[in-house]
Amino acid sequence: MSDIDQVETGTPTEAETDHTWTGRTRRWVLKRLPPDKLLPNTQPSYVASWIYVFGMGAIASLLFIIASGVILSLNGPMWYHLSSLGHFVNSVHLWSVEFFFFFMVIHLWGKFWMAAWRGNRVLTWITGVVSFAVSIVAAFTGYLVQTNFDSEWIAFQAKDAINATGIGAWFNVTNFGQMFMWHILLLPIAVIVIVALHIVLVRMHGVVSPIDADETDSQLINKEIAHVETH
Amino acid sequence: MIETLAAVTAADTPGVFLSWGIFSIQLGNLIVIVAMFALFALALVIPFPGNRRQK
Repeated sequence: MSDIDQVETGTPTEAETDHTWTGRTRRWVLKRLPPDKLLPNTQPSYVASWIYVFGMGAIASLLFIIASGVILSLNGPMWYHLSSLGHFVNSVHLWSVEFFFFFMVIHLWGKFWMAAWRGNRVLTWITGVVSFAVSIVAAFTGYLVQTNFDSEWIAFQAKDAINATGIGAWFNVTNFGQMFMWHILLLPIAVIVIVALHIVLVRMHGVVSPIDADETDSQLINKEIAHVETH
Repeated sequence: MIETLAAVTAADTPGVFLSWGIFSIQLGNLIVIVAMFALFALALVIPFPGNRRQK
């Protein structure tokens, strides 16, 4: 029996009788992100534009980064420096990062000119900004753990910049072990968590409509009427 | 050993830099930036294929 049926029959709702934290959490999550919002099978007509594909392009690139990074971790530096397959996977890792930033920047431009923070989407915008910032740190630590002369040179240039910020004594870019852990554990976790949160927020609030579409798009007008009728 | 030396040699290559007065940019970076602008513009004007699954 649903909550609506229970209200009509006068019996108490589950929300009134159940005070467990698991039950409350389930109701809170389902209210804000019901399954048809989490995994929608349709989108508004304005989403049929190439400008909407770059976010997904960045996610696809991130999957390639993680997969190639896992293979590099399994085999180690000698493998990816000295074997042709290792060199190939190393290059896949690099080029996935290039495409990740390539798509993410175009996604950023598109969303900026759409003013995509409209409609209570501020947190979606902020998580996007934070994921961009954390991704830059993740990429920079990648330069430091190449285990070649290039990474040594970059580390000794970077230490001056980091020392100028005042955190160099703790975040020591010349400490290979520390940078290695940041690059293959802490920063990937941070990027994945923030990107996942970003995607969940996009699902919760839906794809932002074009500016002024609320007044001209019949889909949005009908949606607004339905929203008013149910409240 | 040969591969290692080849990698060291490759890391030593300075790359091509383009300069206009005080502005200087590496060719690879310029290509990436121009490509991003081009793709952004194309995404705005090229029609999106397949409209069957729209709501």
